[in-house]
Amino acid sequence: MTTPTTTPTPSAALPVPPTATRPPRRPRLSPAAPARTKGPRLAAGLALVLVGLAFLVPLAWILLSSVNPAATVSTSWPGEPTLENYREVLTPELTFRPLLNSLVVSGATAVIVVVVATLSAYPLSRYRMRFNRAFLHTILFGSCLPITAVMVPVYALFVTLGLLDSVPGTVLFLSATALPMAVWMTKNFMDSVPVSLEEAAWVDGASSMQALWRVVVPLMRPGMAVVFIFVFTQAWGNFFVPFVLLLDPAKQPAAVSIYTFFGTNGAVAYGQLAAFSVLYSLPVLVLYLVVQRLGGGSFALAGSVKG
Amino acid sequence: MGIFLVGPIGYALYGSLTNAALSGYRAVAPEFVGFDNYTQLFTSSQFWESVWLTLVFVVGSALIGQNVLGMALALLVRNGPKRLGPVVSSLVVTAWVLPEIVAAFTLYAFFATDGTLNEMLGWVGLDGPTWLITVPLLTVVLANVWRGTAFSMMVYSAALAEVPPDLTEAAEIDGAGWWQRFIRITLPMVRRAIATNMMLTTLQTLGVFTLIWVMTGGGPGTQSSTLPILAFQQAFKFAQVGYGTAIATVTLLVGALFAVVYVKVLKPEVDS
Repeated sequence: MTTPTTTPTPSAALPVPPTATRPPRRPRLSPAAPARTKGPRLAAGLALVLVGLAFLVPLAWILLSSVNPAATVSTSWPGEPTLENYREVLTPELTFRPLLNSLVVSGATAVIVVVVATLSAYPLSRYRMRFNRAFLHTILFGSCLPITAVMVPVYALFVTLGLLDSVPGTVLFLSATALPMAVWMTKNFMDSVPVSLEEAAWVDGASSMQALWRVVVPLMRPGMAVVFIFVFTQAWGNFFVPFVLLLDPAKQPAAVSIYTFFGTNGAVAYGQLAAFSVLYSLPVLVLYLVVQRLGGGSFALAGSVKG
Repeated sequence: MGIFLVGPIGYALYGSLTNAALSGYRAVAPEFVGFDNYTQLFTSSQFWESVWLTLVFVVGSALIGQNVLGMALALLVRNGPKRLGPVVSSLVVTAWVLPEIVAAFTLYAFFATDGTLNEMLGWVGLDGPTWLITVPLLTVVLANVWRGTAFSMMVYSAALAEVPPDLTEAAEIDGAGWWQRFIRITLPMVRRAIATNMMLTTLQTLGVFTLIWVMTGGGPGTQSSTLPILAFQQAFKFAQVGYGTAIATVTLLVGALFAVVYVKVLKPEVDS
């Protein structure tokens, strides 16, 4: 969600882009139809081009400015494209340390969340308990709250607990904010693993923990990967939480250190800012593509239960 | 999770009843001041201005902007030229996948006085306004539409794919025009997706901080200070932690209200 600002949704946490699910076009029933729809189709095409441009032009700014040694705020074709900006930002101080910090914070958050979410989704998915429904509603409710609103009290709380400027503290808070959504997603993935497989394990004498670990987890690996990437991406892009909770520049992740490109007297190194943005955004764009692959029905469970 | 999520919320309720500050004796030993912060808050014209700005921001960018554009894009990608749709939708999704702060800088550059938008307006002989200063609220609304529309587009594309084509074809044979088919058949079929999506985009937009903070810093003055920005400014710029916490509590209550409506009225499926 951004924080989870970025983006929580129960029904469509990681929606698949429209084109992937598009069914084949049916043959038209009326032979006169194509002539009639020509005008609207052209209008639709024009509208799409306009919207596409509105999205493309700002995006192009990052790419073009990153190779333009004289970049400004306006999108322009670089006279002589160079990799100068990249060379300038690729230093331990500017790029490697912040990206490493991001990796540590996001990775630790994602690992914690996946483990806790799997453990708490298991009873929710497998046992009918009186509090299940209430608990799931609370989780949904929790995932809906605007986390940015809590940052001031969280800051005060962290001061009291002496956790300010602590990376583990930040990781714990990020994990807590990501958990509701992750439990929800994990439960949905787990529901699609047939219970009969575990029953077989129980008959063979496995405890429920063993059944979870040996049978369920291996089968829902793609689902867990989706949750991992989802949490990782959110933590990677989160600006506000580390901005408030981490003070030492050496600990700050890339989302916060990006401010380094603003000079002290208001001069902004736009080219370097753009080059850094490309380096910083690339991992999440790649991970998004991975999720799309994983989301595309890779559950090979169909044959494991005989009807 | 209990400590780190419920803790701050409980602490928020308590903190909002004290006069805690960032430094000085009130930081060490905040006094209990009862509902003073709230009295001060509800009599502050700045607070009400901020509530109004938040309302305009959420209604303009989430309820209207993202939903209408998202639905339009979903329809266009479905029914428009085959090659163009996927290209445009992946551009829209890229804007959504980018880290928020990168998107914020990108849009800052786009709307800046010497930025791309004004340059392009210059080509057709128009003199664009200084977007970030003259119309800051409109600018951040547009920015949030740019950033968040992909989500609505994906939700609506999924919903539209579920509408059985037989129904619309039958209506077409009966002589219903495109618009009639959309209003009478498609919209009622996807109304649940619309309701859910509106609620989710509302809650998400309520918490938007980074985008506004980077683009306008809540300014000029307080002209784009929505509630999360105002809480941050009061707490960290003016060191009024107790007061800032009171604002945060109000924002949380608004969010909670929406969330309760979402869970109760729309009844997302909890199958246990």
